[in-house]
Amino acid sequence: MKTRDALAQIIPLLGANPVVCATGHISREVQGVQHRNENFYVIGSMGMCSSIGLGIALSRPEKKVFVIDGDGSVLMNMGNLAVVGALKPKNFIHIVLDNEAYASTGNQKTLSSVVRLDEVARANGYKTVHKLGTDENLKDALQKLLKMEGPTFLLIKVGPDTDKAAPRVKAEPDEITEVFMTAIQ
Amino acid sequence: MSKNWSEELHINAKNYAGFLKEKGYSFFTGVPCSLLGTLIEHFENSPEFQYVPNVREDAALGLATGAYLAGKKACVLMQNSGFGYSLNVLTSLNMIYKIPLLLIISYRGYLGNDAPEHLIMGDKMTKLLEDLDIPTFIPSLETLEKDLERADEVIEKQKVPAVILIREKIFG
Repeated sequence: MKTRDALAQIIPLLGANPVVCATGHISREVQGVQHRNENFYVIGSMGMCSSIGLGIALSRPEKKVFVIDGDGSVLMNMGNLAVVGALKPKNFIHIVLDNEAYASTGNQKTLSSVVRLDEVARANGYKTVHKLGTDENLKDALQKLLKMEGPTFLLIKVGPDTDKAAPRVKAEPDEITEVFMTAIQ
Repeated sequence: MSKNWSEELHINAKNYAGFLKEKGYSFFTGVPCSLLGTLIEHFENSPEFQYVPNVREDAALGLATGAYLAGKKACVLMQNSGFGYSLNVLTSLNMIYKIPLLLIISYRGYLGNDAPEHLIMGDKMTKLLEDLDIPTFIPSLETLEKDLERADEVIEKQKVPAVILIREKIFG
């Protein structure tokens, strides 16, 4: 399974909930699979998607807030796992698509082939932590996880991104802000 | 520091928190500095304020950005050492996405009178902010409320982050 295949299974389960997408390929791929006004594409400030998602989750407890993150991005802002684990927002769902590489800059290795990101999340205090098994169905697993108490961490190992990258995020950054804020009001 | 002096700092903090509340700020996060000590203490001890202790200044900006996107007015507190960590998030998130945040930053190294690790940032602080076109206010005790009003006006009008630099003997 590649990033694009995983997203095609994840996105139909997100409803109209806010989704914050990681910098680089992940934002581009999410936009390519299905643009929604509730998607917040983080084109710069790598690592910040999980902090942004947490800020939304704390301020809007009635909504389920999703972060679609990457391994390089989690490693860069690993401190935020501690903030999530300490505050324990029940409505925070952190999905990590882990290709063990910085795909946007040419597939250089990250550290996630060695470092167990799911164990890091568990140690920081996420309530529900799951690493998708190789023979497990992603849709079924996510549906099951959504019924459990958050904060939730789902780690999905994906294959290397060797296909042509999806186009860059189309909207201007300030337009992304405006569209997203209106959509999640 | 005498007891009276410490009491005075607490009164300043309490009053300032009141001004922030009046302006509608309801979400606070940051990394502490002794110069902001009484203000953060006030947030932590008052249930009417939501203050999230953060791990790093850039992550605090990210968190506050989320709160803003969800409809809140948000404020980040930090020492100016953490301003270095913040540069990328300010320039590649807050400024281009038009995310207006109020940044209350302590001014360590002001006039070169501080520990060695604060001297360079203390010296370059206002130049950096000017180069980045970030509206900056450096209040005295007397202009705290007025400068907050002016910063808030810029934030509301221009949808950009604005900085209030806090020198010593105001909140700590």
